[in-house]
Amino acid sequence: MLGQSITRNSLLLALFAVCTTALIASTYLLTKDDIAQQKRLAEEKALLEIVPKNRHDNSMLDDTIPVGPETPGLGLLEQKHVYIARLNGKVVTAIIPVVAPDGYTGEIGLIVGVNADGTIAGVRALTQRETPGLGDKVDIKKSDWVLSFVGRSLSNPTLDGWAVKKDKGVFDQFTGATITPRAVVAATLRALQFAQANRKLLFEAPQPAPTGDNS
Amino acid sequence: MAEVSYKDLSLNGLWKNNPAIVQLLGLCPLLAVTGSVVNAIGLGLATTMVLITSNTAVSLIRNIVSDAVRLPVFVMIIAAAVTCIELLMQAFAYELYEILGIFLPLITTNCVILGRADGFASRNSLGPSAYDGFIMGAGFACVLVLLGALRELTGTGAVFANMDLLFGAGAADWKIEFFPNYQPFLLAILPPGAFIFTGLIIAVKNIIDDQIKKREAALKAQPVKGAKRVRVTGTVS
Repeated sequence: MLGQSITRNSLLLALFAVCTTALIASTYLLTKDDIAQQKRLAEEKALLEIVPKNRHDNSMLDDTIPVGPETPGLGLLEQKHVYIARLNGKVVTAIIPVVAPDGYTGEIGLIVGVNADGTIAGVRALTQRETPGLGDKVDIKKSDWVLSFVGRSLSNPTLDGWAVKKDKGVFDQFTGATITPRAVVAATLRALQFAQANRKLLFEAPQPAPTGDNS
Repeated sequence: MAEVSYKDLSLNGLWKNNPAIVQLLGLCPLLAVTGSVVNAIGLGLATTMVLITSNTAVSLIRNIVSDAVRLPVFVMIIAAAVTCIELLMQAFAYELYEILGIFLPLITTNCVILGRADGFASRNSLGPSAYDGFIMGAGFACVLVLLGALRELTGTGAVFANMDLLFGAGAADWKIEFFPNYQPFLLAILPPGAFIFTGLIIAVKNIIDDQIKKREAALKAQPVKGAKRVRVTGTVS
């Protein structure tokens, strides 16, 4: 009696495990391509904000240089890519991932676009958990503060000026939040220095063989 | 619970037995994502979808599953429903998926869902179970949206910001700014604000319930008076 009910119940459980797993597996297979596509689009959207379509004619997602935790200066925690934007085969901008480890609430993941002439094309915070209403102004959706980096370079301002105003630099801090902008300014500076130290690698990178499906 | 009327179900889900402010189930997502209206609507919709799916599935298999293994089976069904909805959302509403982040898989652990599966769907037929899932989800979503609106308004001085994440580019200008140059009120947006506003909403609901009870008591008392008057007028004429 007891044995019978145990057998019946275990079979029932196994049956449901198989059914639900099959359901999840089929949903996964059906949505796999769409999800990959969406991830790519989301990634490209941030890149396009820094280098708009009229400034480049290649597919940035397919023209990359791998960087990772071992790359000095960027502070990355995982494998990432530098994305290269080209116009007529010549590199116009390299979009460099950099992590500011000293945000108010942990790491801030940034991408910094550096033009071939050493000026900044744009900065975007991709991942941040800064305090809502204060530190989260590094996000372009909340405030256009990050636009104040556009056009800056290692000589504009000079090294002393690469700090928030409170630290006698040229960049605004936010009311009530100095730590976040301080971290972002420092990380942006490190990305610029990385670009300068690796000029050859970034701006004379060989063009990848056309894959045929860049649109 | 032999016969269930859809009217009773609606009243229960939306007001009398509202999962969020009467049963106080699923408080974790309720408190965590209601910083803005758009997040609240997103999680409300996702929870409602899971509730409908899980209630329907549980109702369909209610006569096959024995009492001993019913809970593991229900949990498997709920987890599968959540995972599928998460995948679908990732494929078709990626930005919303990004916003809801960890709270999407956490719907599995929302007690409202297992509660309705075990408490209602496992004892009722398909139609009422699916409807109960829908209306309970709606009740939960209403509280989420109300809380989101209150917190967003007191926190930032505006409501309906970033609605384009959910409703497409056309919704980008739905934002209504009530107080220009509003100094952000952090407490409302951070978790403590969620507790305070949830408490206020429950208090208001209790006040309304008291009023209704008083009125009902008054109505019950009246017919006697009315009857007397009828008799009085009767004797006069």
